[in-house]
Amino acid sequence: MHPTRTEGPDYYHKVVDCQWACPAHTPVPEYIRLIAEGRYSDAYMINWKSNVFPGVLGRTCDRPCEPACRRGRVEDEPVAICRLKRVAADNKDDISSRLPPPAASRNGKRIALVGAGPAALTVARDLAPLGYDLVLYDGDAKAGGMIRSQIPRFRLPEEVIDEEVGYITGLGMEMRLGQRVDSLKDLLAENYDAVFVGTGAPRGRDLDLPGREEARANIHVGIDWLSSVSFGHIDRIGRRVIVLGGGNTAMDCCRTSRRLGGEDVKVVVRSGFEEMKASPWEKEDALHEDIPILNFRVPKAFTHDNGKLTGVVFEVVEAQYDDKGRRRLMPSGEPDEHYPCDDVLVAVGQENSFPWIERDIGLEFNEWDMPKVDEVTFQSTRSGVFFGGDAAFGPKNIIWAVAQGHDAAVSIHRYCQGEDVQDRPPPGFSLTSQKMGIHEWSYDNDISNDARFRVPQRDKVESLKDVRLEVELGFDAGLGFSEAQRCLNCDVQTVFAEPLCIECDACVDICPVDCITFTEDGEEEDLRGRLNAPSLHLDQDLLVSDKLKTGRVLVKDEDVCLHCGLCAERCPTGAWDMQRFTLEMTHATSMTGGGACQNR
Amino acid sequence: MTYLAKPRLHHPSLAANELGFTRRDYEGSVSTLCAGCGHDSISAAIIQACYDLNLPPHRLAKLSGIGCSSKTPDYFLGASHGFNTVHGRMPSVLTGANLANRELIYLGVSGDGDSASIGLGQFAHAIRRGVNMTYIVENNGVYGLTKGQFSATSDKGSKSKRGVENHDSAIDLVSLALQLGATFVARSFSGDKAQLAPLIRAALAHKGAAFIDCVSPCVQFNNHAGSTKSYDYVREHNEAVNRLDLISSRAPIHVDYEPGTTTTVTQHDGSVLALHKLAEHYDPTDRIAAMTYLAQRQALGEVVTGLLYVDPEADDLHNSLDTVTAPLNSLGSKELIPGSAMLAKINADLR
Ligand SMILES: Cc1cc2nc3c(=O)[nH]c(=O)nc-3n(C[C@H](O)[C@H](O)[C@H](O)COP(=O)(O)OP(=O)(O)OC[C@H]3O[C@@H](n4cnc5c(N)ncnc54)[C@H](O)[C@@H]3O)c2cc1C
Ligand SMILES: Cc1ncc(C[n+]2csc(CCOP(=O)(O)OP(=O)(O)O)c2C)c(N)n1
Ligand code: SF4
Ligand code: SF4
Ligand code: SF4
Ligand SMILES: [Mg+2]
Repeated sequence: MHPTRTEGPDYYHKVVDCQWACPAHTPVPEYIRLIAEGRYSDAYMINWKSNVFPGVLGRTCDRPCEPACRRGRVEDEPVAICRLKRVAADNKDDISSRLPPPAASRNGKRIALVGAGPAALTVARDLAPLGYDLVLYDGDAKAGGMIRSQIPRFRLPEEVIDEEVGYITGLGMEMRLGQRVDSLKDLLAENYDAVFVGTGAPRGRDLDLPGREEARANIHVGIDWLSSVSFGHIDRIGRRVIVLGGGNTAMDCCRTSRRLGGEDVKVVVRSGFEEMKASPWEKEDALHEDIPILNFRVPKAFTHDNGKLTGVVFEVVEAQYDDKGRRRLMPSGEPDEHYPCDDVLVAVGQENSFPWIERDIGLEFNEWDMPKVDEVTFQSTRSGVFFGGDAAFGPKNIIWAVAQGHDAAVSIHRYCQGEDVQDRPPPGFSLTSQKMGIHEWSYDNDISNDARFRVPQRDKVESLKDVRLEVELGFDAGLGFSEAQRCLNCDVQTVFAEPLCIECDACVDICPVDCITFTEDGEEEDLRGRLNAPSLHLDQDLLVSDKLKTGRVLVKDEDVCLHCGLCAERCPTGAWDMQRFTLEMTHATSMTGGGACQNR
Repeated sequence: MTYLAKPRLHHPSLAANELGFTRRDYEGSVSTLCAGCGHDSISAAIIQACYDLNLPPHRLAKLSGIGCSSKTPDYFLGASHGFNTVHGRMPSVLTGANLANRELIYLGVSGDGDSASIGLGQFAHAIRRGVNMTYIVENNGVYGLTKGQFSATSDKGSKSKRGVENHDSAIDLVSLALQLGATFVARSFSGDKAQLAPLIRAALAHKGAAFIDCVSPCVQFNNHAGSTKSYDYVREHNEAVNRLDLISSRAPIHVDYEPGTTTTVTQHDGSVLALHKLAEHYDPTDRIAAMTYLAQRQALGEVVTGLLYVDPEADDLHNSLDTVTAPLNSLGSKELIPGSAMLAKINADLR
């Protein structure tokens, strides 16, 4: 096998599983170490740079990093990466002086941003310090998008939104709130240098079943209902509530209902409990609030009496699998079931809708009536019009909206400077030895044996009384420290230098997880079969050395390396070194105005 | 060395043996030897062998003398009995312990200084008496612990780190052990665990005096050009006569090698050793031939490794002394104080 090529930003980045999995590539272990040191403001700013909304995300992020976290492969549960972010946000000092200063001069370019959700706010944050004149339009009275309109206050207090949205709007931009854009054509006529569309996926799917019309007064579309609650237009619901759907919106609907008078609230889903779209922790929270989740039930009709909803009829189904392993829901043969209720919340999906974009302005739509958007540049087929967030590729989540916002901002910047938007500077990176002495490193390499800590919650009875009372109390400083210590510092890389190795086996003997093997060379598949410990995850790379003195090669399976540095401590010649990998993502702010790129 | 304890976390697929212990359960406290010391690899091989043998840790007693090598019992089998004796005196303490409690498995760990210099006499007598033990010398050719003076196993003509030549003849512990009647004699290299671990396993299972001379480079004082105990020198001059592949108790043996390339040795207790031959005519049960072969190869500058000799009919000190079969600590006052009638009988016999 060829020796592993570790040059370039990708090899070591991939070893940092969480950072690799994070759409915005937040330097997770770096901020976790700062939290352990009590340097909350520093930890916050690292997050702020990458993901823009640390306080919001520390409570609500979909956390793709956690299933990726190496700790979850070595023991039961990953590091509580998301909730540690909140520790930084909760405990930081006033960081206003660390925010980018206003641009020294305007650059003469005007950009319109439609929608003021996380995607557009990220674009605004990246472009404002460069001297752009930004105009943000949003139909809602306050900026924040679905962060404000959809996510219930008991998960995300309004002050947190105000604070973090405020950091961005404070950079200097014109906010046209309460102002819907009804025609893109008209907007383009205002001669903006570029337009960013971040209007989200604002339409909730309805269920067109018998009885829908007759009982309409008590059947609500989930996301519309949630935004009415958020904006204070609705503050009551019936005693018996049925929520239809199995995603996160359904979880927010049922939990909100419990706080607005719903005593007998149940969620009914078509699929099996396991296959529900909602995150496991959201389901757990719903169950904890005494909300049963009934699965394998397909709604058939709404029952009503004199124009008043009386309940829902369900067909009971079961999962069957065809020879290709595909699942189909088939009638189980059991009799239909009727559940009486006072209100129904329909949370069966969310869609894009662009009634305000004319179809004759050179902006093409695909067969699903979605704008054709380049997956790298986020530019539409009409040059100068960019998309990002849920508006670009359908509903996802905040962190994807932010990541796409960063990329769109790079494109807009290059576009406005007359550069090729396809030609994008690669991220910068560096490797720095952490060695301080014979067995001293500039990171704490003593591995904690603790299991994942639970985030303390407010008492349930109290929580259910007020829809604005935050349920999670967050880790305090002590718990935050202990949880932070669980992080394995995966960014501190094991870097191997062949010429120094004397093949004494010291690293093999000390490695607690049997990562290292000296063996005859071979092709990857063959090598994977000959390692000291079985190679369990083929997507995890092997670090294969050049030929050593005995003709053998060193193979390190990156999979479950604890980054404990013991191999380097035991190596008599320094053939192993622990080096911290840092990645500098390409953001608009990290490129100089003239277009020549300076990404470090 | 490191100051940190090895993390408890282990590879998710780390398997348990028949006793329910993983290999990690056979570890001891973290080593304080120099990074890269060969002795640490021998500890790892001992750990592997004990795990493979499904050895209950509390059934093993580790004894050692003084030296870096003699410190190592602290770094493996943390749940076993241990006795760190005085310099060169491990063999007699082991002999005494063995006589007192024959039910434990005895592992003596020593260095070339500990066994070939100050403890040479002790070494010789424990071996010739046939004490049932595994005796490992972690042989680096120097007194590592006292900063690298030549030891008695240093080859004549080899050079110290400072370039000083050794003028004294070397003691070859393997030849000595053969001569003294050890019933299991092997040599190996700390840098070849695939060879070493099965040898330790077989030695632990052998009933009689089993001796392993394990070349184990001292990275600090004896791993330079001019040394004959360095990683490079041993790798270049290593001539293995065989590889021990299988050890089984009575089970019929199935070995995949071509006919003629495998030797099996059935021992007294019915256990079987299967050896993959590397030197064509080498017969590990012929003591005289082994001694001759060793002498010839040594003259050529080769380091002969493998299972060099095993006596299938081996027996031990308890057998020759016809001692009581139970450990002394299990005897009650009835057995220990047989009474005046018995005393009278004994006295009568002596008249
Ligand atoms: C109930 C619910 C709960 C959720 N919970 C989470 C969660 O916990 N974590 C998570 O990561 N994600 C969550 N999401 C998803 C997340 O909110 C979205 O993915 C994210 O907000 C998308 O950001 P965006 O910037 O693309 O658009 P949005 O946040 O949708 O913002 C779009 C903005 O554009 C405005 N707008 C739309 N059309 C126009 C127009 N024509 N003119 C002017 N303004 C317009 C809208 O008023 C809105 O303010 C949740 C979604 C829902 C529905
Ligand atoms: C009675 C006595 N004499 C001398 C010493 C000093 N001493 C300590 S260790 C050692 C030699 C150890 O050499 P070796 O057994 O080869 O062990 P190594 O450190 O090389 O593994 C000596 C001479 C001592 N501790 N006790
Ligand atoms: S252990 Fe830490 S650095 Fe490693 S993947 Fe998990 S959070 Fe990231
Ligand atoms: S840092 Fe080195 S010793 Fe520690 S787990 Fe990784 S490879 Fe093994
Ligand atoms: S001095 Fe030599 S024998 Fe002693 S620990 Fe260091 S390397 Fe090993
Ligand atoms: Mg020595």
